[in-house]
Amino acid sequence: MVPIEYYIGLSAILFILGALGVLIRRNAIIIFMSVELMLNAANLVFVAFARSFQSLDGQVFVFFVMGVAAAEVAVGLALIVAIFHTKQSIDVDQMHNLGG
Amino acid sequence: MIPDIILFILLALVAVLSALGLLLSKNAVYSALNLILNFSAVAVLYLILGAPFIALAQITVYAGAIMVLFLFVIMLLGAERLPSAATLPWQRPLAISSAVLLAVLAIYVIFIRPVTFPGAAPLTPEFGSPFEVGTLLFDKYLLPFEIISVLLLVAMIGVIVLTRRRDRKNRG
Repeated sequence: MVPIEYYIGLSAILFILGALGVLIRRNAIIIFMSVELMLNAANLVFVAFARSFQSLDGQVFVFFVMGVAAAEVAVGLALIVAIFHTKQSIDVDQMHNLGG
Repeated sequence: MIPDIILFILLALVAVLSALGLLLSKNAVYSALNLILNFSAVAVLYLILGAPFIALAQITVYAGAIMVLFLFVIMLLGAERLPSAATLPWQRPLAISSAVLLAVLAIYVIFIRPVTFPGAAPLTPEFGSPFEVGTLLFDKYLLPFEIISVLLLVAMIGVIVLTRRRDRKNRG
């Protein structure tokens, strides 16, 4: 059995890569995918701790995180599509008007 | 039999390399495919961690539904051909230095100042089975379960409202 710290370390690496994606990339869809990567990293920690503490509560929480992520992706992509109809671009550097 | 550590290192390598591919790819479709690979690697890690239901739910929901939705929108918007214009000059070094700082903090917390976690006791075969997870979902976590269903309904209504065609005189 691999020590639990390795799973937490892997989750930290994935989370940092996701955070870098949100900060560096300017394509709105790729920013969104990086947010999903961060959520996935958090799910990994939940499952690892559920294994370590022999408690299924972590896995139930992962289930709820997946449900929330699905709802969030649906709404976020609908927003991106709606913005694209107006601005013809999904570059976040160009979305700086509040009333556009 | 492959030792556990080799299996973990291989899967971790696939996960990290695909995350890097997501980060550095200029084509949005390549990023989406890399993310699907990442989800699959993490799903196998879930299997190792005794979570078969969650692993299959990850494949079904994340890789099978959410990423397909992403690919639909990428194709719909033609986002794979976006040109890359100039960014703010201080943005990239600041992001990378923040990420390095976060990595240093994570290494410190995880490895240098360790908390003792419970050891790896062997699992019962029913640990993480759909029956066990379902029992918890309907017993202890019934209220969050119902709230999630309302959340999904609200999300569906929101999506329909957001993507309605606004070509009527009165703007809805």
